[in-house]
Amino acid sequence: MTTRIDIRFAELAKQGRSAFVTYVMAGDPDLTTSLDIVKALPKAGADVIELGIPFTDPMADGPSIQAAGLRALKAGMTLKKTLELVRDFRKDDNVTPLVLMGYYNPIYIYGVDKFLTDAKTAGVDGLIIVDLPPEEDDELCIPALKAGLNFIRLATPTTDDKRLPAVLANTSGFVYYVSIAGITGAAAADANVVGEAVARIKRHTRLPICVGFGIRTPEAARAIAEKADGSVVGTALVDALKNSLDAEGRATAKTVNAVAELTAALAQGVKGAQQAAE
Amino acid sequence: MNIAKPNSYRSGPDDRGHFGNFGGRFVAETLMPLILDLEKAYTAAKADPAFQAEMNGYLKNYVGRPSPLYFAERLTEHLGGAKIYLKREELNHTGSHKVNNVLGQIMLARRMGKKRIIAETGAGQHGVATATLCARFGLECVVYMGAVDVERQQPNVIRMEMLGAKVMPVQSGTRTLKDAMNEALRDWVTNVHNTFYCIGTVAGPHPYPTLVRDFQSIIGNETKTQMQEIEGRLPDSLVACIGGGSNAMGLFHPFLDDPSVEIFGVEAAGHGLTQLHAASIAGGRPGVLHGNRTYLLMDADGQIQDAHSISAGLDYPGIGPEHSWLHEVGRVNYLSATDDEALAAFQLLSRLEGIIPALEPAHAIAKVMELAPKRAKDHLMVVNLSGRGDKDVPQVGDILRGKSK
Repeated sequence: MTTRIDIRFAELAKQGRSAFVTYVMAGDPDLTTSLDIVKALPKAGADVIELGIPFTDPMADGPSIQAAGLRALKAGMTLKKTLELVRDFRKDDNVTPLVLMGYYNPIYIYGVDKFLTDAKTAGVDGLIIVDLPPEEDDELCIPALKAGLNFIRLATPTTDDKRLPAVLANTSGFVYYVSIAGITGAAAADANVVGEAVARIKRHTRLPICVGFGIRTPEAARAIAEKADGSVVGTALVDALKNSLDAEGRATAKTVNAVAELTAALAQGVKGAQQAAE
Repeated sequence: MNIAKPNSYRSGPDDRGHFGNFGGRFVAETLMPLILDLEKAYTAAKADPAFQAEMNGYLKNYVGRPSPLYFAERLTEHLGGAKIYLKREELNHTGSHKVNNVLGQIMLARRMGKKRIIAETGAGQHGVATATLCARFGLECVVYMGAVDVERQQPNVIRMEMLGAKVMPVQSGTRTLKDAMNEALRDWVTNVHNTFYCIGTVAGPHPYPTLVRDFQSIIGNETKTQMQEIEGRLPDSLVACIGGGSNAMGLFHPFLDDPSVEIFGVEAAGHGLTQLHAASIAGGRPGVLHGNRTYLLMDADGQIQDAHSISAGLDYPGIGPEHSWLHEVGRVNYLSATDDEALAAFQLLSRLEGIIPALEPAHAIAKVMELAPKRAKDHLMVVNLSGRGDKDVPQVGDILRGKSK
């Protein structure tokens, strides 16, 4: 099985460049604006798109992404509409990898088999489900792999060498290394410490390693890009979006550009990085 | 789903933490290694006679166990049916059953070398018990409590602070117990290296539902012995209120394989089951939240819905996974009581027995008021009086004065 994710990372490896992965919340602040934002991301330099599935109780997310999810839900976002958003995005873009990221309950309630069929049809390439560790692989991971979707696992500073093989066993697409023990939007990670962790994981897998949590600026993205196969930025983009909204939390004429401009600046940071020797 | 009758109702969970289709370990990877460590530490502690001996010492001399099994004579006369016994968990140190579990977990935390304890609390009873034992053992204590609950349970907030705990009002979501649990999980993910999460109920990722049940089972085990001493036989029925369900599981579990014992759990029906309520089994369906699969209140998209109960301790949109399983296999009957029914029971017990119950067990008393008159006079009914009502006095006082105006 080769997904858009595999193709994209192979291309980037050829170019000797680290990937820039952007995270935004589906439906934030409303469905139409959100679609425009997602469409703008590849043009602004995003190599991979992570699209958050809104959930009422995102227990690994900090205040910014919690608020983004609640804005989306308040505007009527659902998992079904999230898949519609992906389908609409795919009308114009059949190459940029798109990964859905979220929590298991909305998928469980949608129905795993139906979800996987609909997600694949809509043009989703992979899934990152925060509350499904390898111990629960039968729930979604194994069925997703069978359906031809990548299941991207989170590895963390607490995942030691003994546990890594279990975490990596059914992982595909890339590995998402969570740079700090903490929630999204927390303190920045030290690039050197991250570099050591990436090297440690690389001893166990040939998959690309992307690093997220705590990366907010072009400089930080560049520092991480020198140590890893990709860097993920989420909270900073969500904050840029939020700062563009009006007093009632509605989109303004500035909203799409606010996200696109920061994406472009971060992408420049990543592209200026010297790729670490493999 | 397999809902065939098992040989024993007491053999769960399996080694992956499943009670039938419920339970499991639905947590972020950051927490998984710690949860596996906790499971190992608990298995080792259970096998260590010194652990049990130390626990027993504190249970007797610090908590004040065994708690009495008291014949509620005037309530029995008033209702005119079953003979009603109250399991007096409200007489424990800190005023509720919560201390049984907290003692066990704090002793585990000490074995694991953890110096910082976090907890979530709804009514504040679990927070107070955690703050108490942290004070006793010199541990740092941080308690997450929904901002709404901080308001309506002020006496317990003050108690926790006096005991040296830091109370963190949670402003996210519905600002009640569910959000306090989210925030505690966020703290745990961030401070996983030195922090032990002391969960207050039989929910959360495996092994929490099991270890909390085991620590609370002293309630049912004592009841069994005491009823044997008083009446020379098993009780005929058990009644307990359920938020997450720890006091109920503690009373029920030792009796699950005694088929003659009818068992009733009472959820909070709030304003009524067709309106805002907190009855996950009556009004919910299976989903995944806070580390386990269980009955939850949610919308068609799998978004968790706001619960409502007059009682902060029951104001939670889920229930422990073992209860969900006991519901599906039909061993326990799950009923519900509304805010108004609980308030009436609160007043009845206060006036007839001179015992002011917490609003949580007032829900159980409310169903006793329905069940007992329909039972014979030799029917022995045990109600878990899981907490005392001191914390609710200001809130109930306001409501009753408001109503009498």
